[in-house]
Amino acid sequence: MRNIFNTMIFIVVVQLSLPVLAVVETYQFNSEELRGRYNYLLFELRCPKCQNQNLADSDAPIAADLRAQVYRLLTENKTDAEVKAYLVARYGDFVLYNPPVNKHTAMLWLLPASGLLIGVMIIFMLVRRTGAIDEDAVTLNVSQQQRLTDILTEQEPPN
Amino acid sequence: MARLRLFIPLFIFSLLAALLYSGLDGDPTELPTALIGKPVPPFELLALHDGRRLTEQDLVGEVALLNVWATWCISCRAEHPTFMNIARDIPIYGLNYKDDNAKAKQWLKNLGDPYRLTIVDAKGSLGLDLGVYGAPETYVIDRRGIIRHKRVGVVDERIWLQEILPIVTKLRAEG
Repeated sequence: MRNIFNTMIFIVVVQLSLPVLAVVETYQFNSEELRGRYNYLLFELRCPKCQNQNLADSDAPIAADLRAQVYRLLTENKTDAEVKAYLVARYGDFVLYNPPVNKHTAMLWLLPASGLLIGVMIIFMLVRRTGAIDEDAVTLNVSQQQRLTDILTEQEPPN
Repeated sequence: MARLRLFIPLFIFSLLAALLYSGLDGDPTELPTALIGKPVPPFELLALHDGRRLTEQDLVGEVALLNVWATWCISCRAEHPTFMNIARDIPIYGLNYKDDNAKAKQWLKNLGDPYRLTIVDAKGSLGLDLGVYGAPETYVIDRRGIIRHKRVGVVDERIWLQEILPIVTKLRAEG
């Protein structure tokens, strides 16, 4: 009986400590504002090793180092822009999930926009063509209109 | 003209296929480095063997390689024989990255030491300034201590001969 009780306590304690396991490392912040900026930066910065994860998600040792560095820079009263600039100077625009437009990232930014433009152009052309056909259809001259009426009345099925 | 228009989808398809095909050749894990053309970042770290203070000035003077390695890095063991072979052709500086001094010394004793100097970067601070994101990494440094090329991953005989040596030869000719 005692054994079962101990096991149950053990299970409850393990369950309660799960959230602790989920946190990679914890940092103390002087203000909620600073914590918010830290979380924002980890969300916006990309891990150089696990390329499709941001710093907050990545488990790579380098991501832990960069998190520590972001924390250190923030406690040194650096602005968000300065923290980003610090990492870009070392890892390039790659670390930003929202990179600036420059000659290396032009393709990234222009491709979706040009895709949209081409799509709009194609739709425009298709619509214009349909419009043109409709216009032809209504410009029957008097004799043509007469013939059309004749045909339609002639073709009426007998009862 | 109307006939030609039928080929537009084929044309777009070929263009897209060519673009995607060319993407297959690239290594997605290879990042463009931000430090090409910039000097080795300033540092003050200790030498592995004699514990003396080293700075970026110790790397200036000759066209050289800077190799980031660690005993925990399996690929570093794979590329180690290459550095043993080319050590007489070019000065190689080792950056022992986030490692244990005793283990590092033992490794160099067992496998041989191709490095002119081994810099101890136990905390990874110089690694961070260099933009290291995974050992092994190898940098080509010119006479003035400017980083001219970076190789992420194992340097084998082929990469040395086809990728790095031509750059080294060019830099040496620059004078």
